[in-house]
Amino acid sequence: MDTKVIKSKFPIFKNKINGKPLIYLDSANSSQKPKTVIDRISKFYSKEFSNIGRSVHSLAVTATNRFEETRDLVKKFINAKSTEEIIFTKNATEAINLVASTYGEKFINKGDEILITELEHHANYVPWHFIRQRKGAIIKFAQCNEKGEVDIDEIKKLISNKTKIIAITHLSNVTGAIMPVKKIVDLANKKKIPVLVDGCQGAPHLKIDMQELGCDFYAISCHKMYGPTGVGVLYAKKKWLDVLPPYQGGGGMIEEVKKDQITFPGSPTKYEAGTLQTAEVVGFSESLKFIQDVGIKNIMQHEKEILEYGLNEIKKNNSVRVIGDPKDRGSIISFTIKGIHPHDIATILDEDGVAIRAGHHCCQILHEKMGIAASARASLGVYNSKSDIDVLSNAIKKCNKVFNT
Amino acid sequence: MDIKELYQEIVLDHGKNPRNKNKCVGFNKDAKGHNPLCGDKVHVYLKLDNNKKVEDISFEGEGCAISMASASIMTETIKGKEFNVAKKILEHFLNMLKEGSKLGINSLSEDQNTTMMSLSGVKRFPMRVKCATLAWHTFIHAAEDKNETVNTEK
Repeated sequence: MDTKVIKSKFPIFKNKINGKPLIYLDSANSSQKPKTVIDRISKFYSKEFSNIGRSVHSLAVTATNRFEETRDLVKKFINAKSTEEIIFTKNATEAINLVASTYGEKFINKGDEILITELEHHANYVPWHFIRQRKGAIIKFAQCNEKGEVDIDEIKKLISNKTKIIAITHLSNVTGAIMPVKKIVDLANKKKIPVLVDGCQGAPHLKIDMQELGCDFYAISCHKMYGPTGVGVLYAKKKWLDVLPPYQGGGGMIEEVKKDQITFPGSPTKYEAGTLQTAEVVGFSESLKFIQDVGIKNIMQHEKEILEYGLNEIKKNNSVRVIGDPKDRGSIISFTIKGIHPHDIATILDEDGVAIRAGHHCCQILHEKMGIAASARASLGVYNSKSDIDVLSNAIKKCNKVFNT
Repeated sequence: MDIKELYQEIVLDHGKNPRNKNKCVGFNKDAKGHNPLCGDKVHVYLKLDNNKKVEDISFEGEGCAISMASASIMTETIKGKEFNVAKKILEHFLNMLKEGSKLGINSLSEDQNTTMMSLSGVKRFPMRVKCATLAWHTFIHAAEDKNETVNTEK
């Protein structure tokens, strides 16, 4: 893949950071945006904008069509059965909260069990914690091993007659471990337990096919997929959306409102209360087109190549400890450097234009398990090249030099 | 500006070998500080005498070089000072980090002044100011008997 061509599609790379070319290695946090996405939002506001689904004037029709076309694109992109299964949210966090709140309200009771893993981002733990508090439920954590992955047997061991839902990440945002989602779904199906997948890191880097995965819920973060902020997608099997209660109440999500009774339409309308981030949703259609143009298989192959090169390069530095060694790993290298705190690493790297993340990456439980308070994380996107990794390696050497380690 | 202006030798020295990093004997006040975004944590132990003089001060904790160095430098600088003087030093320290002003405190020795000034490079890194001030705010909490943990995000 010619990353020079790819980078040229992203205006941000024209900027210098501290006088140096930008080496962006923070895509797991949020990815950069291609010009087509930026332009699409501008064009929508300049030529097509109106609120959607409410008025009958021409602009309203155009805007509504653009919005719904995006829903259709998402449906095809993830191979859902129908557009009714595609709900736009403000982010993946809201998508998971929606499920935890509505499913939790209806199906989780005192003493019931919610099965998650130690790899989870806080967004796939805290919403379940609320249900634990509200309903007196129990959260069970499938342990991650020293390689930073969760073994399927660990999940099997924890499933009981009380398990009401299994909520797992697709790809760990710290260790990069790719979860055996299909196997977990097969296991859960036998016991009729629904599975929610936090696809924040999965959707930008893996081929995702809802029919193949078979999960009940899949949460997507659009800004990590070269798309605008403020947009998330919840995929949910229609059988759940038909029985779950609405999430938030307001305009747009009602069928008929009387003083003593309110009725609701079907999905997705039932779950999209109020005016949504219309322009950003329309902008997201260009992100999907960008990914499709490059080809998800090409992206996967390219990122695998850069990941392997990156792991190899930074492991050459004896002071570096890479977090986790999962067999199946995607686009993430978290690491520590002996004697240097991750925040100091991030500051020194930034001087060379290298953007990484430092901290616990919203995974305090996992960091505690690994016995560290924080780590530095380099995460890849389609635009990264081997020479980006070389700059990273040299910048890490500079950390050693500054700290004399 | 070179990164070495942030990580000056004095800062690195205090970061790697923090002074007074223990629980000082006979402390009569203490407070905790936490930066939830970074994970920096400090626990300041303070022995104030009846005239509100800092008889002894120490800290425990973990965090980045800037937070540890700043905590270490703080304990060295304000040990033996009246609380009001210590507060004044903090005020000047904050101005140095935020406005880039000189310290200008008569009660500091030349050495102390140089040591404190070694943190002046933080000014150019706004995201790191919290690291440099956490221990100081925690010290104030301890001295003023405020029970809640210092939280840089509140």
